[in-house]
Amino acid sequence: MKVIVDKDACVGSGQCVLAAEDVFDQDDDGIAVLLQENPSEERAEDVRQAAAVCPALAIRIEG
Amino acid sequence: MSATPENVVIVGASATGLTTAQHLRRQGYEGKLTLVGDEEHLPYDRPPLSKQVLAGTWEPERVLLRSEDALAELDVTLVLGQPATGLDLGAKELSLGDGTALGYDALVVATGVTPRDLPGTDLDGVHRLRTLDDALALRAALLAGPKVVVVGAGFLGAEVAAVAREMGLEVTLVDPLPVPMLRQFGPQVGELVGAMHRDHGTVLRCGTEVAGFRSSGGRVTGVELGDGSVLDADVVLVAVGSVPATGWLEGSGLPLGNGVECTDHCRAAPDVYAGGDVASWYNPHFGTRMRLEHRMNATEQAMAIASAIVGDERPFAPIPYFWTDQYDTKLQAYGTFPDGARVQVLDGDPDERAFVAAYLVDDVVVGVLGWNHPRTLREARKLVVDRASLDVAS
Repeated sequence: MKVIVDKDACVGSGQCVLAAEDVFDQDDDGIAVLLQENPSEERAEDVRQAAAVCPALAIRIEG
Repeated sequence: MSATPENVVIVGASATGLTTAQHLRRQGYEGKLTLVGDEEHLPYDRPPLSKQVLAGTWEPERVLLRSEDALAELDVTLVLGQPATGLDLGAKELSLGDGTALGYDALVVATGVTPRDLPGTDLDGVHRLRTLDDALALRAALLAGPKVVVVGAGFLGAEVAAVAREMGLEVTLVDPLPVPMLRQFGPQVGELVGAMHRDHGTVLRCGTEVAGFRSSGGRVTGVELGDGSVLDADVVLVAVGSVPATGWLEGSGLPLGNGVECTDHCRAAPDVYAGGDVASWYNPHFGTRMRLEHRMNATEQAMAIASAIVGDERPFAPIPYFWTDQYDTKLQAYGTFPDGARVQVLDGDPDERAFVAAYLVDDVVVGVLGWNHPRTLREARKLVVDRASLDVAS
């Protein structure tokens, strides 16, 4: 699984961090920071949840 | 509990409707899925309309919630440009504007809200903002360099005033309440919002009713205020709130109050669910009925509905989240912000325009607000989840 964050679309809600805090963080402006580009299969469901709840649809998952 | 339905019809093709469809598929629903929308556009997202689309930093196509290919993968029958006109609960049929009827096993009502109107505003140059077409029309009007009056200083009005001002226009923001966003965030934070607008050169006329409109040849030329003054205006945005789009459900037997009234499982009647801006439900976490016009709620409630339809039922008890972008400021909030709540700064400094504040009722945190302080706010969310107690001394 490959995760892509569109920082330009990100609204800094931090919902991704709440869903998968080992995969996402926020910078000082709140913009999502990707900690793991290729999370393990065990993290896949939480990462999918992060993408699903993002209110700006700024997270894309490939593979 | 009834078996998983084979034919789900979703009325409303915006964030709630489409997300319900997506989550039904994500959870393995293989039956028939129909999404009905009253606009011709493919499902699109609304928050960027009053921000990036209005400012012109995003092309309109960018607001689509899913590409056409991705929609095809979802195997959803799209019925666009068709308003729902009626519901027969007994026959399990939805009627559409073209006179056709759609049968369903399960129905999801996600018809959103309609902008509230002011009398006497059927004039050229007077705009509302709910749809993509509204946003594009308002943008085109702003590009002509007009004098702008925004009536209503809630989320939408304040955001549009900020965009118009950043386009270099003369902007006046009018509201009958004494400060902007009073209803949303109370007097202290509302005062700060007002100061931010003034700092950016937007003129505020708060505490003043709109008495009427002036026009010439069917075109707006000014806004008359209750104190007798008149604001020159070439373009007016009326942003005085919205009402749930439930007119088509009158007489259907669905419980209608402030929106479609649902249980805490988002159910309005057997096999009928409601979600998003149009739905009112009892939130067990806060012990109160809610109807939220927030983007995050559209997603979360859609997910809860999809789960309920496939038989995974649990009470829908979210911590509401919402945000607004105005100028270079991002305000974010978790929870509720009732009238009369005590505001206590937890971190940062309001004078420096970077802080997190808790809203307390009976010393219990019911909401937290962050002003350009996103990380700390995310941590403070836990206070709302835990219903934390903060006494005055802390």
